[in-house]
Amino acid sequence: MIEIAARQSQLEQAISKLTGLGLTIAIFALLVFIAFSFSERTGEKVQRYLKYLIFLFPAIAFLFIGLVAPAFRTIYLSFKDARGDSFIGWENYHWAFTQPEILEVLKNTGIWMIVAPIASTGFGLTIAVLTDRMRRPGLVKSLIFMPMAISFVGAGIIWKFVYQFQPNEKSPEIGLLSQIAEWLGFIPSNWLLVTPFNTLLLIVVFVWIQTGFAMVVLSAAIKAIPDEILEASMLDGAGGWKRLSRVTVPMIRGTVIVVLSTITIGALKVFDIIRTMTGGNFKTSVIANEMYNQSFRALNYGTGSALAVILFFGILPLVVYNVWHLKREQSDRI
Amino acid sequence: MKNVRTHLSSPWASFAAIVLALIWTIPTLGLFVTSFRPSKGINTSGWWTVFTNPEFTFTNYSRVLFEGRGATPPLSQYFLNTFAIVIPSTIIPITIAIFAAYAIAWFDFKGRNILFFLIFALQVIPLQMSLIPLLQLFSGGLHIGTVTIIPSFGITGTFIPIWIAHTMFGLPLAIFLLHNFIAQLPRELIEAARVDGADHFKVFRQIVLPLSIPAIASFAIFQFLWTWNDLLVALTFGGGKREIAPLMVRLAEMTGTRGGDWELLTAGAFVAIIVPVAVFFALQRYFVRGLLAGSVKG
Repeated sequence: MIEIAARQSQLEQAISKLTGLGLTIAIFALLVFIAFSFSERTGEKVQRYLKYLIFLFPAIAFLFIGLVAPAFRTIYLSFKDARGDSFIGWENYHWAFTQPEILEVLKNTGIWMIVAPIASTGFGLTIAVLTDRMRRPGLVKSLIFMPMAISFVGAGIIWKFVYQFQPNEKSPEIGLLSQIAEWLGFIPSNWLLVTPFNTLLLIVVFVWIQTGFAMVVLSAAIKAIPDEILEASMLDGAGGWKRLSRVTVPMIRGTVIVVLSTITIGALKVFDIIRTMTGGNFKTSVIANEMYNQSFRALNYGTGSALAVILFFGILPLVVYNVWHLKREQSDRI
Repeated sequence: MKNVRTHLSSPWASFAAIVLALIWTIPTLGLFVTSFRPSKGINTSGWWTVFTNPEFTFTNYSRVLFEGRGATPPLSQYFLNTFAIVIPSTIIPITIAIFAAYAIAWFDFKGRNILFFLIFALQVIPLQMSLIPLLQLFSGGLHIGTVTIIPSFGITGTFIPIWIAHTMFGLPLAIFLLHNFIAQLPRELIEAARVDGADHFKVFRQIVLPLSIPAIASFAIFQFLWTWNDLLVALTFGGGKREIAPLMVRLAEMTGTRGGDWELLTAGAFVAIIVPVAVFFALQRYFVRGLLAGSVKG
């Protein structure tokens, strides 16, 4: 009976959610429709101003309320105490750069920033070069690229299973890493507890995902190298390795750097993987995870905001570089 | 020499690439295989043993999808929540972004280049900078002194804050990608229509919108995958309510509390993965195009 009642209420919930969803979309579509049919009936004079209100204002309002104003407010909150009541100057920043746990977090973030982009770009470049020399690279590329569609949470579960360790000595290993270790004659251990090795194991998950991104972008850059240049290098007798290091890589240097900086930004902001796989325990926490903990677990908006600001200043030079590069590339095209 | 690249193709390169692709696929395969194994088998032998000793079941899926536990609803409810979050969070930002992209590309006003650049530069603001202020705004509204500028509307605990947050965070990249496309439409086409007396609303509806479908598709896939896979936004703005939590929030919670129940975790993870992976394989071309047109989302 209880079972049936539970199913019944689940069904009711589902129906009410779907109705709400349909209604929301209908209302949104209706609003757009009304705005357009009204505007098209007004004269040119009204339209001169109305067009800004309808086309441009919603985006600017959302961006201002959602990104610009909050950014300033977060900077402001970072100089206040836990509940945002009184000013405490630089104390939150002082805390961030002296507290041993947070120094650990910053160190881990540093490891992520160095290892993750280099490994992802290295693998991505290798695969891009290899597939460029394949007749039918489609399936290989799809398989490498597929993790991009898998969420960090999903990837976290996939890899946690790979790293699974059986504490009971009698039962056989069910995690692939433990089994491979055993086959190779090592004694498996509870991998995710071993510092600093565990941070590297988490980075593997991120690299597994980001390699696909690096490969796709670098692959397109390699395809854009004119055939004549490759031909010339062949006629000059450059072998595979020489052609790669002297021709291909220098030709796509700009793209390689953009890929590196884009992945570094991603590594700086990594959150889901840590949350799913270790919860930030065993000395694996990083800045984005600690920001969440401080803000929404410890409910300290001061320290949480200070960590967000530190994250912002870590990202700033990288995004500036990317934007600068993109602008230069666009003006090159013109 | 017909084609340099075909000439350069080597069996060793192909072999190495295929080996790497297999290595990349094995972890996912392990999850997939395990999700169909009985729980006793999962915990007593490695998933690779199924090739010699096959034993499969659908029980894990029916359990995780349809059997709740106490106050926790089954995964099918979370699946529905994900849909309820993802669809508006994709439609709304695209609509708003394509309006803005058209305005920036084709309205004549001073400072439109600067405006475009500023919007693009907003990528520098990480999500984390917005979380606390937005949460305060959604729960308490905005007041200066005793004057209420924006009321709180009492939307906490509904899907609305999540939709709004996704819209806000998706806009910079959306406007950037769509603008790049719309700005490249032939000038004569739009000017001819304007000379014929069509106003901006008509031009947008009858010319720009139909022509922009490929660009819209590119961004839609991005936003769909991003919101489907998101954990941070849903965790922060969902307020910990089970009734509106999406799959990712539930899965992250399950790995913490039921880390040893691999039969449920693997089946649950696969349910969460299958939709984005299917979308990705079906529309890979658009996805790659979007990826190459703009960097990844900030």
